[in-house]
Amino acid sequence: MARPWESAPGVPFYRDPKYRGIALQIGLCAALGYLAYSAIQTAAENLARSHVASGFGFWNVVAGFDISQTLIDYSPQSSTYGRAFWVGLLNTLVVAALGIVLATILGFTIGVARLSKNFLVERLATGYVELIRNVPLLLQLLFWYNAVLNALPGFAASFVLPGGILLNNRGLFMPRPLFADGTQILATFAVTVLLAALFNKVVGRSAGFWGAIGVRSVFTLSILVGLPIVVFVVVGAPFAFDYPEIGRFNVKGGFEILPEFVALVLGLVIYTAAFIAEVVRAGLRSVPRGQTDAAQALGLTRPQTLQLIVIPQAMRVIIPPLTNQYLNLTKNSSLAVAIGYPDLVQIFTGTVANQTNQPVEIVVLTMLVYLSFSLVTSLVMNFYNARHALVER
Amino acid sequence: MKRIAQALFAAAVAFVVSGAADAATLDTVKQRGILNCGANGQLPGFGLPDSQGNWTGLDVDFCRAVAAAIFNDATKVKFIPLTAANRFAALQTGDVDVLARNTTWTLSRDAQGLNPTGINYYDGQGFIIRKALKVNSALELNDAAICVQQGTTTELNLADYFRTNRMRLKTVTFATLDEALKAYETSRCDAFTTDASGLYSTRLKLAKADDHVVLPEIISKEPLGPFVRQGDDQWFDIVKWVHFAMLNAEELNVNKANVDEQLKSENPEIRRLLGAENNFGEQLGLTKDWVYRIVKLVGNYGEAFDRNVGQGSPLKITRGLNALWTKGGIQYAPPVR
Amino acid sequence: MEAPTVAASRTNSAAVAYVRAAPAAAVLPPLTTVGVLAWFKDRLFSSVGSTVMTILIVLLLAWILPPLIDFLIVDATWSGSDREACLPSPARPEVGACWPFIGDRLAYVTYGSYPVASRWRVDAFFAMLACGTAWLLWLEAPRRDIGAVYFFVVLPLASLALLHGFPTLGLAVVDTAFWGGMMVTIVVAAVGIVTSLPIGIVLALGRRSKMPAVRLLCTLFIEIVRGVPLITVLFMASVMLPLFLPDTWSPDKLMRALVGVALFSSAYMAEVVRAGLQSIPRGQYDAAHALGLSFWQTSRLIVLPQALTVTIPNIVNSYIALFKDTTLVFFVGIFDFLKTIEAARADPKWSTSVTSATGYIFAALVYFVFCYAMSRYASRMEKRLGVGENR
Repeated sequence: MARPWESAPGVPFYRDPKYRGIALQIGLCAALGYLAYSAIQTAAENLARSHVASGFGFWNVVAGFDISQTLIDYSPQSSTYGRAFWVGLLNTLVVAALGIVLATILGFTIGVARLSKNFLVERLATGYVELIRNVPLLLQLLFWYNAVLNALPGFAASFVLPGGILLNNRGLFMPRPLFADGTQILATFAVTVLLAALFNKVVGRSAGFWGAIGVRSVFTLSILVGLPIVVFVVVGAPFAFDYPEIGRFNVKGGFEILPEFVALVLGLVIYTAAFIAEVVRAGLRSVPRGQTDAAQALGLTRPQTLQLIVIPQAMRVIIPPLTNQYLNLTKNSSLAVAIGYPDLVQIFTGTVANQTNQPVEIVVLTMLVYLSFSLVTSLVMNFYNARHALVER
Repeated sequence: MKRIAQALFAAAVAFVVSGAADAATLDTVKQRGILNCGANGQLPGFGLPDSQGNWTGLDVDFCRAVAAAIFNDATKVKFIPLTAANRFAALQTGDVDVLARNTTWTLSRDAQGLNPTGINYYDGQGFIIRKALKVNSALELNDAAICVQQGTTTELNLADYFRTNRMRLKTVTFATLDEALKAYETSRCDAFTTDASGLYSTRLKLAKADDHVVLPEIISKEPLGPFVRQGDDQWFDIVKWVHFAMLNAEELNVNKANVDEQLKSENPEIRRLLGAENNFGEQLGLTKDWVYRIVKLVGNYGEAFDRNVGQGSPLKITRGLNALWTKGGIQYAPPVR
Repeated sequence: MEAPTVAASRTNSAAVAYVRAAPAAAVLPPLTTVGVLAWFKDRLFSSVGSTVMTILIVLLLAWILPPLIDFLIVDATWSGSDREACLPSPARPEVGACWPFIGDRLAYVTYGSYPVASRWRVDAFFAMLACGTAWLLWLEAPRRDIGAVYFFVVLPLASLALLHGFPTLGLAVVDTAFWGGMMVTIVVAAVGIVTSLPIGIVLALGRRSKMPAVRLLCTLFIEIVRGVPLITVLFMASVMLPLFLPDTWSPDKLMRALVGVALFSSAYMAEVVRAGLQSIPRGQYDAAHALGLSFWQTSRLIVLPQALTVTIPNIVNSYIALFKDTTLVFFVGIFDFLKTIEAARADPKWSTSVTSATGYIFAALVYFVFCYAMSRYASRMEKRLGVGENR
């Protein structure tokens, strides 16, 4: 029997699907190639005629503008546009990292709450998801920034929170231990989180005492809290803090968190959590009812059932769409432009594109950054899927 | 049926192709029948549409003058509101024929494929601050948080000024002037900075304008003027000379009210200006009566100034540097001859 | 086996004293297993944790709801002509939402700066769009094939003529610079909706094609567009598109944003359609081949009708996302609904401490109504198609 893609004898080659396919592809490539060629040609002509510089020569030119949040050293007078790029990239990553952690916590809580037997809990969670998912993120960000954070008192009338923390419409100001600069705090934080994750990884698989969720969380928590304290003591326990104080114009000293940052993280977390909640709900519901029944028949308690039976199976369904949500959160952080938070898009396609007058290079570069985020994530996901895929029998 | 289909197609094409950035801008503009002018859209006195979409402002009047010179009709202008961040791209991609959006003439802009055609407003950067803070000088602003619009020379000058005076600065940057101003008004920042002219006009947008004061320091030179694309000398000349024509008209006391009488004047300078003698307009590619059209339909520079930013406007800015050179200012136009 | 024993015991019942002769009167079930009380016990107080949560939530609602109602209704200002009406005064220390601000700006946030005399054209567009949408969404509507032609062919052309102008019919041209408000939001969303489905279908078919070049190109396009934020796509469309086109073709500013939105939503739509295509069993293709149908015939007659039907809920969901994403045209200087709210908010005439919140709450309400209606429709379709149960 002739398979459909093999030409039957006597059929002319131009009616043969195989040759037709090749011809179509050649035609398509030629057409697209021509389009791309003429577009690039036109762009080059247009750029040449308007005497716009091209290339990345601007990378080493002094930037000259100030940035409100810099995690690495940056000074308007000596730092280059390249440095500004890294500042923006780091600002984006910080928002994304913090947003992902918080949105996961909130999203899982709400996702579980949507399946709760308690009427009020279930209704509240459903109401949250419906409300948040149906209002544009940009509007929510503007609301948090312009309507909520700006409604906080001015710096002169700051809320004074315990521990010398000040809260006003200029941001959140916390005492800063004098021994550490930003990088040290960041490094300690990173090491702590890494250790806690490692601990969980090592111990999470064992079924005995260490594997019990209670024991595990107590130890994780103690690593998270304990390690910074140990570091603090080892460094010499300098009980001196740089307390923020109200100056003539501003709050002086202390560790400052910008209201733009707070609004952005808040908006992204609240928005993304609603989507994560749906992902989690779908994942939990994908575990057949019989699994729970069987677990109970074996005498497992409800937390044990969740921890040992339901969650491990649900995770397989949850992880892929969850990573998608993480990527969405990262991409959505570009809405920072609307509320003046200096992320990559705001610094780069906003200020730098305008100062250098080279929008093409800058937009392409910005897109490449986000594309590489996606690429790395899909690689990691493929790796994960390969390891955790159900083994078909 | 076929005709309707053709007309629909034409409408679709007209929707898609709204302008052309050909080398001969004058021909394109004439063919299109309308001048595309990049304007501010948020700045009272320079470029702002009202709720009916009627534009007013000094820069707006400049574009009207260009349209008057070309079409003998000052209404044949389409104003396209641009932000600081997208204005140059709009000019370079041919979206607008003239960029009249209180734009500062700097070397890098001149070199980067843009041509400033003149200076229609000599400005400098200043600060506005709440009266309650009792600040008398910009030099007292150490540690202040300052709201500024992104992608402007203002953003750069601000950093320079604080550095020069060894003061610490907290910049809060926003994409548009309105956002920056709104943030200042809700006291996100202590002060707001932009060109001094902009300070006077944005002050009108504050709910309680009297609670705010403009500081005396001017920290930079901000010569504002219209820009055109590089590479079309004829168009560059036309836009350049529209400004000079308006200045010369003021200098020769030719205004909207008396322009018809002045046409009969014996003064050779006026006769040359209004086209009663020689054909200077034609040398530019326009008509002989190009200046007559400008003055008749829009007015001279002084009239445009008074109406939009001067004593005849809510801004009440004095002429200062923008007075004619004969009256103590530095507005000086080469002669028409 | 059972029956004889029962029968036997019955016959002996008279003889055994402890066996009841007559049935006992029925006792009502305990209050805690049926009825309101049971519901309360089961759904609110089933365990200690549940009880604690119930109490916490009641407290939370008691904390949030009264101030919210006060702000929206009790303390709200309902009439006035400028900011004075919405300022706190000694007689009225607490000021709620400033509704006259919305009333004053309603025309602006609906039509933007569209000439007042021509606004009936926008209304006509809204009406035509509503008809078309209802025709397509209502599955029992008569002649839905004509409806589809109306929606995908007639409506776009008629809208272009109505909104942009059509001098032959006496409709003066209204430049897109004057367009604004809800009208622009709906135009952007509608263009995205109308264009993304066909382009998305082509891309999805291309990505599943056996031809490597076609597959590679489609995959590249889809993955690149999905990998970057919409804001950069819009930025590229508005800044770079004119550079890549010959200079006699300088597209309108709104047109560029529309191109950006259409490309972006097509890439997402392609993935939705692809998921639908994957749900079609292999046998359907084989059967079509066996009948001698060509690729396009197979797609048009066999695969797409089935694949699109099962994905209707997902298609609607991606339309919801698209509708929310229209707010991003804000960044390329187009006055959509949200941008007009922002502009109205900055107006000194209405500058008060509650203006921003009022504007945002109104905007949120409008977006919510649109999106929620769509999501209800999607979940009804999902139930109807039984997609949810089949998993």
